[in-house]
Amino acid sequence: MIRSTSKYPNKQKNYFAKGFLVFTGILFIFSFLQLDFTMDKLINGFERGGFMLSRMFPPVITDLNALLGAAIESIQVAVVGTLLGVIFSLILSVFAAKNTSPHIILSYLVKGFAGFVRAIPALIWAIMFIVAVGLGPSAGIMALAINSIGMLVKVYAESIEEMDKGVIEALRATGASPFQVVMQGILPAVMSIFISWSVFRLDINIRYAAILGVVGAGGIGAELSRYTRASNFDQALGVTIIIFLMVIAVEKITVYIKEQLDLPTTALVADDE
Amino acid sequence: MSDGILKISKLTKVYSDGTAALNGVDLDFKKGEFVSIIGPSGAGKSTFIRCINRLVEPSGGEILFEDKDVIKARGQELRNIRRQIGMIFQGHNLVKRSETVKNVLHGNLGYMGSLKGGLGLFSKDVIENAIGILERVGLQEQAFKRADELSGGQQQRVGIARAMAQNPSIIMADEPIASLDPKSSETVMQYLKKVCDEDGITALVNLHQVDFAKAFSDRIVGVRKGKIVFDGKPSDLNEDTIHYIYN
Repeated sequence: MIRSTSKYPNKQKNYFAKGFLVFTGILFIFSFLQLDFTMDKLINGFERGGFMLSRMFPPVITDLNALLGAAIESIQVAVVGTLLGVIFSLILSVFAAKNTSPHIILSYLVKGFAGFVRAIPALIWAIMFIVAVGLGPSAGIMALAINSIGMLVKVYAESIEEMDKGVIEALRATGASPFQVVMQGILPAVMSIFISWSVFRLDINIRYAAILGVVGAGGIGAELSRYTRASNFDQALGVTIIIFLMVIAVEKITVYIKEQLDLPTTALVADDE
Repeated sequence: MSDGILKISKLTKVYSDGTAALNGVDLDFKKGEFVSIIGPSGAGKSTFIRCINRLVEPSGGEILFEDKDVIKARGQELRNIRRQIGMIFQGHNLVKRSETVKNVLHGNLGYMGSLKGGLGLFSKDVIENAIGILERVGLQEQAFKRADELSGGQQQRVGIARAMAQNPSIIMADEPIASLDPKSSETVMQYLKKVCDEDGITALVNLHQVDFAKAFSDRIVGVRKGKIVFDGKPSDLNEDTIHYIYN
């Protein structure tokens, strides 16, 4: 992009920014009034919050074994869901990337499908799969798998689209079949970026898996939901601490994996997560 | 013409933006000759050789490779033609993260089943053959290094080895030395010439360095604005013709 030396485009941008600021201000005041967000409620809320906080401490863990079992189930749901998502995304991304898709319409279709899947939150998927396959970790696994597909197809396909097209051309010129071009030419080139994104997705899925139990899709979230509803806030805090430790532990492990494999960092968080 | 290998008639290519890259090219190539195609950038050299293995779809004309109609070939038939035509690129176009020998093995993909080749299940004979080819281009020491650890000139020699692994009748090279220093350029051209001479392979080499074309070729073809304006021995290429091709 050529940076314009004229003042005009900048000025226009300033007007836009100012207009946007005024609009946001009006929307804020309007919503504040319309949603009946009053000081009364805030003060009451503080009182109730204080009550809840006082009941939270000290945190209690009554059945550590059961909680650890549930935490491990959450991790299992995340790992299996991620793995399934990765496998399907690998296949779909080849059809989604413009430079490898057999037809451009197919590329738009797969990308559209991924966008649709991505737009629906993991919890909603979990609720839908509970209806389909019943309560339990299976629903959680499927929810995370399909939600992962939404994101991974997008980032995988973008990596394929960004790769050096010369390699694809060179392999086609040897008489290689499309499958061979993908396996021997494209995969080695994008593998490390793919792994990096997949590990990043595992991080996200661990967090989701921790709360999937709230809607009944397996894992430690069920315990949290149970204690909160029974107003056992000290036990709820105990569960929260376990969840916190679990998420931190998995994050440490994935960081270690990335360091060992010397992978590129996926610093950019997917915009719609 | 009994030793003809490639016959091209009335070949045209018009890109979708309306650019006419080739305006009716007629050329015959004989078995084992080393032909340089010279001309300025944008003359259509690159389009020409990419039409021969259909990396670019020709708009019209006819290409007969060993009496097979290239333009009509589809699917497996096209891949069987491609595997007999090795290709070398300006940017080497190696899989940089794969080992050197793996890049040479890619030349065998056209001869393998899709699944077996895709999974990279190369037989021991094939791997030994690939190392043998690397030896011919002086790179046996580098066989198990990653391709991107090699210098530009060495990578281009891997490109030659990959083309050789196809056991080709023709090797086409698209500006193989354009991004190399003069010394590496000399080495790459020498190896290319050597392996083609030894195996009786026809070489079609796009070059814009006229001196290299004169030094290495049996025959030079001059292209200007998508048309052949010179076709003859290097000794017949005089200053006036060069000036005409490039201006």
